[in-house]
Amino acid sequence: MSIIRIDTDILIIGGGAAGCFAAVEIHKKSPDSKVVIMEKAHIERSGCLAMGLNAINAYIHSGQTPESYVSYVEKQFVGIIRKDLVYGIAQGLNEAVRDVEKMGLPIDRNDDGTYKKRGKRSIRIFGERLKPLLAEAVQKTPAQILNRVVATNFIYDGERVCGAFGYGVRNSTFYVVRAKAVIVATGGASGIYKPNNPGVARHLMWYCPWNVGTGYAMGIRIGAEMTSFENRFIALRVKDVHAPTGTIAVGAHSKQINARGEDYLERYYKHIGGNKCLTQHRLLATIEETKAGRGPCYLDTTTLSESDERRLKEDFLNMNPQIVLLWAGKGMNPRNKPVEIHGTEPFVVGGHCQAGYWIDKERNTTVKGLYAAGEVAGGAPKKYVSGSWVEARIATATALEDIKDVSLGDIDDSIIQIEKNRVLSPLNKKSGVSPLEMRERLQKIMDEYAGGISMNYVIHEERLLEARRLLKCLKERIKDMTAVNNYNLVEALECVDRIDVARVLVEHLIYRKETRWSCYQPRLDYPEKKDERWLVFVNSIYNPDTDEIKMVERPLCQ
Amino acid sequence: MSIFIDENICNGCKGLAEARCERICPGDLCYRKENMKAAIRDQSACWTCAACVKECPVQAIELRLPFQACSNGASLKARLKHDKTIWTVWYADGHQEEFIIQAKCLKGDR
Repeated sequence: MSIIRIDTDILIIGGGAAGCFAAVEIHKKSPDSKVVIMEKAHIERSGCLAMGLNAINAYIHSGQTPESYVSYVEKQFVGIIRKDLVYGIAQGLNEAVRDVEKMGLPIDRNDDGTYKKRGKRSIRIFGERLKPLLAEAVQKTPAQILNRVVATNFIYDGERVCGAFGYGVRNSTFYVVRAKAVIVATGGASGIYKPNNPGVARHLMWYCPWNVGTGYAMGIRIGAEMTSFENRFIALRVKDVHAPTGTIAVGAHSKQINARGEDYLERYYKHIGGNKCLTQHRLLATIEETKAGRGPCYLDTTTLSESDERRLKEDFLNMNPQIVLLWAGKGMNPRNKPVEIHGTEPFVVGGHCQAGYWIDKERNTTVKGLYAAGEVAGGAPKKYVSGSWVEARIATATALEDIKDVSLGDIDDSIIQIEKNRVLSPLNKKSGVSPLEMRERLQKIMDEYAGGISMNYVIHEERLLEARRLLKCLKERIKDMTAVNNYNLVEALECVDRIDVARVLVEHLIYRKETRWSCYQPRLDYPEKKDERWLVFVNSIYNPDTDEIKMVERPLCQ
Repeated sequence: MSIFIDENICNGCKGLAEARCERICPGDLCYRKENMKAAIRDQSACWTCAACVKECPVQAIELRLPFQACSNGASLKARLKHDKTIWTVWYADGHQEEFIIQAKCLKGDR
């Protein structure tokens, strides 16, 4: 097994929305700085944007302000957000969108040249090729792109992150990348819970199935502080294909109706004094209607005009072609029949919700030399793609400033050997636990004991304690995992990362003894929201020496 | 089934180090067999993102849905042009629908 050693100024882990934007930014600000992107797949079509995108849902239209944006996000998350982070994002949204438009992204415009408003904070784009366009912008810079290299761990000397290890699946080569600064931009975590679709359709899911929480797990393993994992995200999506409902509800103004044709949303938020339905209430209402025997629930697309319908299909082809295929397979059009909706399995994400690294305004993590941007960065929900670009911009400015008086760290050969052996060990075993078995076991534990779909997402202490115990046992079986080829080895590494993320998630779920987010974190044993006690961030720090997860609280204002 | 690769159309991207679908698949699922035809190693791991469908220069790859999601056959193909993407959808009854969608703004429009 050969080893490739690379030295760089800044290493970006994950060449997705945030990672690509970061590489372009560094080149703009400091053309002489060396950049390496370590990417698990190929940056032209990887991660969340592989399918494309039809809207940018974080944008400040005229009449709105960064302040109004922050207050919207705060309401959506029932008082718990990092206002400093969200404000910084809001200030940069429009400029970031304009930058990506200049890369070639088509955006729907009015005759006067302004962007057409899709929703209050949303614009319509033709983003089938958004990812290739971002990649093209990166390819115009001298950044070195390591496609098909899976990041496995940070290189950490106990003080500072000085690079990362990776495994190249095409050339069976171990990578040691030394860097003065590392920006982690790997995305959130799917596959922690049992997915909606079983068996051969297991990856027909909402979130990118290859975003498995590696960036979180790598941070957890070096004791980086994490925040708000208990703020899970469960998406309300089109049943079976998990196409976004916003395209229909916001883009085409369709109402949510139950099986009796009733518009059911109002009764779930009017009584709590709201005049606007929170994203989580759209899901909660749908679950409750179904439990009450008034499901299935739908988005009423039967009122669409023929041109609306065509436009809707075009929007979906730009982002989720499966739903167009679903209609074609059923031999129907959305005008003939409402579109059935349901909740997905829970995900751990920092772009829709706020699970991730605990960071400061400059996007420093709690570990020196490590900066976070995009979905892995916590505390700033509803940042989506445009907010991820803004975070990438902020993180690169911080990293560039920081490395002025930093030199590359020395890496002991023994550390390289230990990591190489850890990564490759599944290949050397003849019998044991397959990655598939490991993943299914994890997903079953999480589904049944930590509030998955089969439990209607609800959680309570006794079951969570059982999840804690079972996950600890499962972690002990990691050493028995086998792999027969590189593809299989990556699956095994994904299991390791998912288990680390799941364990932290369970501790967060245990710790918050209230119900803050009625759908994302519904506690049967503490069903009320308790502002006097729980208007705090729940954070965690893993200790790799003792294998313990320490929980800490942080005040709302930072 | 998530994607269907028509071996009669696939030319294996001869001359390239990797087939284009193999190069692009975000899940590392496509590969080239010994007969230089593309294949998918695990249908159940496919996200149906259509990256391979779009990248294939000879339209040998169709997007289909797993049987459990929709038991009637329908398929989808895409052709990438310089600034637009052309989609063809085949319905279960055989009729088809075409969509031509802008995918890139040209230099002068930016």
